Amino acid sequence: MTAIFFLIFAGLAVFCAINLVVQTHPIASALSLIGVMGSLAVLYLQLGGEFIAAAQVIVYAGAIMVLFVFVIMLLNAGAESATFQVSRFVKYFGAILLAAFLGLVSFIIQGALPRTEGVIFGAFQGTALDVGRKLFTTYLLPFEATSVLILIAIVGAIVLARKEV
Amino acid sequence: MQNAVPLSWYLILSAILFALGVAGFIFRRNIITVFMSIELMLNAVNLSFVTFSYEFKQVDGHIYSFFVMVVAAAEAAVGLAIILTVFKNRSTLMIDEVNSMKY
Amino acid sequence: MHLWLIPIFPLLGFLANGLFGRRIPKALINTFAVGSVLLSFLWVVKTLLALSPIETKYIEHYFTWIQSGTLNIGVDFAVDRLTAIMLMVVTGVGTLIHIYAVGYMDHEGGYYRFFAYLNLFMFFMLVLVLAQNYLLLFVGWEGVGLCSYLLIGFYFTEQFATTAGNKAFIVNRIGDFGFSLAVFLIVRQFGTLDFSKVFDAAKGMPGEASIGILTTITLLLLVGATGKSAQIPLYVWLPDAMAGPTPVSALIHAATMVTAGVYMTARSATLFMKAPITMDTVAVIGLATAFFAATIGLTQMDIKKVFAYSTVSQLGYMFLGVGVGAFSAGIFHLMTHAFFKALLFLGAGAVIHGLHGEQDLRQMGGLFKHMKITAITLFCASLAISGFPFTSGFFSKDAILVAAYERAPWMYWVGVLTAGMTAFYVFRAWFMAFTGEYRGHAHPHESPLVMTGPLMILAVLSIGGGFINVPHILEPMFAEHAENQALAWLSAGVGIVGILLAVLFYVVKRGMADSVAKAFGGLYTLVYNKYFVDEVYDAAVVEPLIEGSRTVLWRGIDAGLIDGTVNGVGRRSRGIGSILRLIQSGNIRSYAAWVVLGSIVLLLAIGFAGGLR
Repeated sequence: MTAIFFLIFAGLAVFCAINLVVQTHPIASALSLIGVMGSLAVLYLQLGGEFIAAAQVIVYAGAIMVLFVFVIMLLNAGAESATFQVSRFVKYFGAILLAAFLGLVSFIIQGALPRTEGVIFGAFQGTALDVGRKLFTTYLLPFEATSVLILIAIVGAIVLARKEV
Repeated sequence: MQNAVPLSWYLILSAILFALGVAGFIFRRNIITVFMSIELMLNAVNLSFVTFSYEFKQVDGHIYSFFVMVVAAAEAAVGLAIILTVFKNRSTLMIDEVNSMKY
Repeated sequence: MHLWLIPIFPLLGFLANGLFGRRIPKALINTFAVGSVLLSFLWVVKTLLALSPIETKYIEHYFTWIQSGTLNIGVDFAVDRLTAIMLMVVTGVGTLIHIYAVGYMDHEGGYYRFFAYLNLFMFFMLVLVLAQNYLLLFVGWEGVGLCSYLLIGFYFTEQFATTAGNKAFIVNRIGDFGFSLAVFLIVRQFGTLDFSKVFDAAKGMPGEASIGILTTITLLLLVGATGKSAQIPLYVWLPDAMAGPTPVSALIHAATMVTAGVYMTARSATLFMKAPITMDTVAVIGLATAFFAATIGLTQMDIKKVFAYSTVSQLGYMFLGVGVGAFSAGIFHLMTHAFFKALLFLGAGAVIHGLHGEQDLRQMGGLFKHMKITAITLFCASLAISGFPFTSGFFSKDAILVAAYERAPWMYWVGVLTAGMTAFYVFRAWFMAFTGEYRGHAHPHESPLVMTGPLMILAVLSIGGGFINVPHILEPMFAEHAENQALAWLSAGVGIVGILLAVLFYVVKRGMADSVAKAFGGLYTLVYNKYFVDEVYDAAVVEPLIEGSRTVLWRGIDAGLIDGTVNGVGRRSRGIGSILRLIQSGNIRSYAAWVVLGSIVLLLAIGFAGGLR
C-alpha cells in the first residue's frame, strides 16, 4: 500500500512540477505548485511527519501560495510569449525522453545505494508533542531568531510596498 | 517487508524536483515564475530533510524543515514586495529587461 | 669647562634669527648675530686661559652617538694647542667679519636670512674644529659645505649665483666621497674613529705592513681635502663662489672653511707621516696649485676673482707646508692667511660697496683720495701677502719655503717664483684700484665705521700677527724646523721685486700691461680664460654625465622600466578587469546559470575528494 500511494503522489508531484516549468501563464504555474505541495504533504504523512504535513498545507499551500496568487492577480501578469523555438520532435517526444532518462538514472542510483529498511507508514511518528518539545528546548535560539526574522520581513514588505507619499 | 518503500526513492524524487526547480529558474522569463521555481526547490529540500529524519527516527529533520518553511514565508513576503516595486518602476515582469546593473 | 657652549652660541643665534628674524627689528637681528659669535669668542678666550698652558689634550665626552657592535662613536669635544689656534682664528676673525657684515648688508634684502646662515656656518665650523673623532669632524665638514652652498646662492634670484652654489656643493661632494671612503677604511683598519685611539694604534703599527693601508687612507683623506680646500683638480668651485656676498667670501672662502682641509691634514699628521708617498703627493699638488692659480690671478679683471685665485694659491702653499712635514708652518700660514686674506676681501667689499656694486678693476682707479682707510688697510694686507719683511706673511710663508727647500730644492725655487707672482698680482690690483684716474661712473665714498673698524683691526693683525710664534706653540705636537735666514731673505727679496714690477706696469708706465698682454696673445688668452679648465671639465665630465643621466637613467630606467612596470601593473589590472566585467551582464538568468555551473563544479569536486565524510 505504501508503495502504491508513494508512486501515485510522487508521480503527481513530478507532473505538477513539470507543468509549473512548462506553462506560460503564471496562474497556471501557481496552481501547479499548489499541486506539488499537496502531494508532498501526503508524502510527509507517509514518512511520519504529521506536524510537517499539516504545516505544509496550512502555511505553504494555504498562505504563501495564496500570497503568490494575489500578487499575480494584482500585477495582472499575462501569459509569456514562447520562450524558445523547439523542433516538433522535442515538443512531442521531449517529455517521454526526459522521463526515460530520469528513470534510468534513478534506477542506477538506487541500485548503487545500500539497502536500508525502507519506509513503513506508522513506523515513526513526528508528533506535534515531540516537535514542540525539541523546538522549545534544543532549538530555542533559532526559534527566537526566526521570530525576529519574520518581524523584519513584515517591516520590509510594508516599507517596500507602500505608496510614495 | 513488502510494503516498505525504499528510502532512496524519496531522495530521488527530491532530486528530480530540485532539478526541475533549477530548470524553471534558468529558463523562465517571468519574474514570478522564477520565484515559484525557487519555492519548488525549497520544497524538494524539505522532502529530503523529512526523509533523513525518518531514517534516524528523530524529529530534528522536521524542525529544520519547519524553519525552512518559516524562512520561505518571510522571503516570499519580501520578495513579492520587491517584485511589486520593480513592476511599479519598470512596468515589466520580464526578468531580462531588468538589466541596468550591466557593466 | 663646557666646551659645548662654544658652538652652541652661534647655533642659538641661528635659531633666533632663523625663526623670528622676519618679525624682529634689524637692531635685534644684529644683536643676536654678532652677539652670539662674540660670546663664542669670549668663551674660547676664557676656556683657553683656564686651560693654559695646554700640555695635554683636554677632552669632554657628552654622549654616545653610535653604538654598533664593537664600533662606539661618541660626541666628544677636545682642546689641544692646534684646536686652540683654530678656535681663536675662527671665532676672532668670525666676529670681525660679522661686525663688518652688519654694515655691508645694510641695504640688502634677506637680511635676517644672511645672518642666520652665517651663524649656522660658525656652529658647524666650530663643531669641525672641536671634534675628537672623524665622524663628528665629518658632520662639521658637511655642515660648512651646506652653509657655503646656502650663502653662495644667497642672491638666489640670479642664475649665476645658484649655479655657483650648485657647483660648490657638487664638487665638494666628490671630495666628500673620498673622505667617506677614508673613514670606512679607518673603521675597518682600526675599529674606531676616535682620534686618540686611531693615532695611538697607527703609531704602533709596524712600518712595512702598514704603508699600504695608510697610504690608501691618507690619499682618500687628501681627496676630501682637495675638494674642501680647493686644490687641483677640485678647485674650480672657489672662483665661482665669489657670486656670494663679500663677507661670505671673506669668512668662508678665505679664512675658515677652505682651511678645513689643511686642519684635517694637520690633525691626521700621525697617519700622513707614515705614508711618505701621500706626503709627496700633497706637497706636489699644493705647489702645482699655488703656481697654477697665481698665473691665473695675474690676468683677472674682477677684483674678487683676483683674490679668489690668490686664496687657491695660498692654500696651495699651506698644503706644500704640510706635505713636506712642516705641519706647524702650514698652520702658521693658515692663521696669517686668515688675517690678510679676510682683510683683502673685506677691503674689496668696502671698495665694491663704495662704488655701488662695481667689481671690475678697469672701472676703478684713483680711489685713494675717496677711501683712505680702505686703501691703507688694503695696502697692509698686500704687504703681508707678498711676504714683505717682518709682516705676518713673511714669517709664515718663509717657514714653509725653508722647509720645502729641505725636502727638495726645486720646490723652493718654484715657491719663490710663485711668491713673486703673488706680490705682483696683489699690488697690480691695488694700483689699478687706488692710483691713477678714476675710470668709472659712480660716486665713490668711504665706508662707515662698522665696516672700517674690522678692517683696521685686521690690518694690525696682518702686520703684527707674525710675531705670534705659532711653530713654537705647536712644538709639542709637530717638530720645529730649522731656520735658514738666507733663504728667507731671498724669498722676501723676490717678493719686493714683484712689487716693483707691479709699480712699473701699473704706475710708472701705464699701458705697458696691455701691450705685454697683446704681445703674448695666445698665451694671455689661455691664462685669462683660466686655461679653459671649466670648459674641459664640462665637456669631459659634466656633459657626458648629464647626457647619460638623461637617456639612460631618466628615459630608460625611470620612465621606461620603473614607470613602465608600475603603469604596466595598473594596465594589466585594468585589462583583466575589463575581461572579467563581461560576467556582469545584468541578466539575472545568466547569473543563475553561473551559480548552477559553480554548484555542479563544487559537487564534482566534493565527490572526487571522497564526499563529505
